[in-house]
Amino acid sequence: MGDVGIRGASAIVGVADDASPTGQLEIGGRELEAAMIEQALTDAGLTIADVDGVCHTGSSMGLAEYLGVHPRFTESTNTGGSSFEVHVEHAAAAIAAGIADVVVSVYASTPRGDRARGGGMGGPGRRPMMMGGPNPQAEWEMPSGIRMPMGAYAMAATRHMAEYGTTPEQLAQIAVSTRQWATMNPKARYQDPITIDDVLASPMQSSPLHLLDCCLVTDGAGAFVMTSAERAKSLPKPPAYVLGVGTCHDHAMISQMPDLATTAGTISGPAAFGMAGIKPSDVDLLMGYDSFTITALLHLEDLGFCKKGEGGPFTEDGKLGPGGSLPMNTNGGGLSYTHPGMYGMFLLVEAVKQLRGECGERQLTDPNIAVAHGSGGVLSCMSTVVLGTEATLS
Amino acid sequence: MTTTERPSRFDPPASPVAEPFWEATKERRLLVQWCLDCDKAVFYPREICPGCFGANLEWREASGKGTLYTFTVNHLSPSPTGIDGPFAVALVELAEGARMMTNVVGVPVDDLTVGMALQVTWDELPDGRHYPMFEPAGGSS
Repeated sequence: MGDVGIRGASAIVGVADDASPTGQLEIGGRELEAAMIEQALTDAGLTIADVDGVCHTGSSMGLAEYLGVHPRFTESTNTGGSSFEVHVEHAAAAIAAGIADVVVSVYASTPRGDRARGGGMGGPGRRPMMMGGPNPQAEWEMPSGIRMPMGAYAMAATRHMAEYGTTPEQLAQIAVSTRQWATMNPKARYQDPITIDDVLASPMQSSPLHLLDCCLVTDGAGAFVMTSAERAKSLPKPPAYVLGVGTCHDHAMISQMPDLATTAGTISGPAAFGMAGIKPSDVDLLMGYDSFTITALLHLEDLGFCKKGEGGPFTEDGKLGPGGSLPMNTNGGGLSYTHPGMYGMFLLVEAVKQLRGECGERQLTDPNIAVAHGSGGVLSCMSTVVLGTEATLS
Repeated sequence: MTTTERPSRFDPPASPVAEPFWEATKERRLLVQWCLDCDKAVFYPREICPGCFGANLEWREASGKGTLYTFTVNHLSPSPTGIDGPFAVALVELAEGARMMTNVVGVPVDDLTVGMALQVTWDELPDGRHYPMFEPAGGSS
């Protein structure tokens, strides 16, 4: 791959996120986005006047107008949950190329607050969105009665079980290890430990996925700030340098996924690791998108932490939890911390905080390399970001 | 043991490119597009072949035989008409090679198995079209 000098050329220098054990935040919309940006900029020791690049999954024009920023780098890519990893990738390339100097990305979503305020689009009788007339999903998937998105992931889990003998207990172990981390995050929606039996006894949603195999639906928000490695050195917090990036999507609808037991992480992961010059065994923290337990299991295999098909046995000894050899989702993940819809922002925020040593009770011992691996759509778009401390630059 | 049923469903919209598909379902015939250059089935219907970007596509009648690629059983439904179930949402691999999201009906829930042999069966829609579902090869148990 042609490396135009992205490795170590930029860094995430400011982060912020918010969520609540109630699952609900007081404010939403642009007000919440602006609050997150302000906190992330303060964290970075920068101001809005420094910002010349804006990323948003809806409209970067709308956000920039609200903020009063006239950016020269603009980015509205939306690949669902992996959008923010893709934003890092594009911002890293733009900064390396001199197109931008200080880039912000923000996300705020308040499905619970919206529902409480009488808005939202859920509820019985809803029909699939029909923007611009018939779309392939309305015509070829939704009439089957599939529950989206969980039905898509359930079919991936069924396929993985049939091909490789993966068990419900092995999937449940991921929820258990993730909850162990959540007990140490005071902002997490759920903080009480659970057992494998608890997961298996929770109501079946879309077989073989139980309620506790599924992520939360909560309000949440976050932001990050990136700048050049050179400028990062002058800022107050230790930079989290962008060492490698990679993205690939191989379908949009689950019925078009080439192999339901293998994701495009097999492309994005090696691309990012290769650019960073690292192996899976070098990774101190994996922030692996966990919309469902099966989602996280597929990442373990497809990024090369274990062999294809061996994700189930890999989780069994609890190595993903506190004290384990591969800490995963130390904030409690989408399964137990927060999941407002597009969770990838929180992967990045936690990765940066861990590399800085700001995670309190759940802080890892001197991590140097963290991976944020986002998954968007229905296992559709995989985007991998490798972050490292200054020690990894040489 | 509980046997999978059809879910209540809303009527699928019909895109212009798929008109031959939906018209044929009125006679309970299953059509798939065929790319003459790749010699491969194409599904869902579209104007170009996703394998070669060519437009050399024709409609062919499928055998109606297939195998169960993967599935999920739902005990609750988002359907407007209330609670369904249990019903199986499945990806069925047609003998012709294309993969289709559909329902598998007439199978005791615990007997659903990846790889099982299936055949098409039809669910009548209010407008005279039929929705293709699948049942075990040889008929429902």
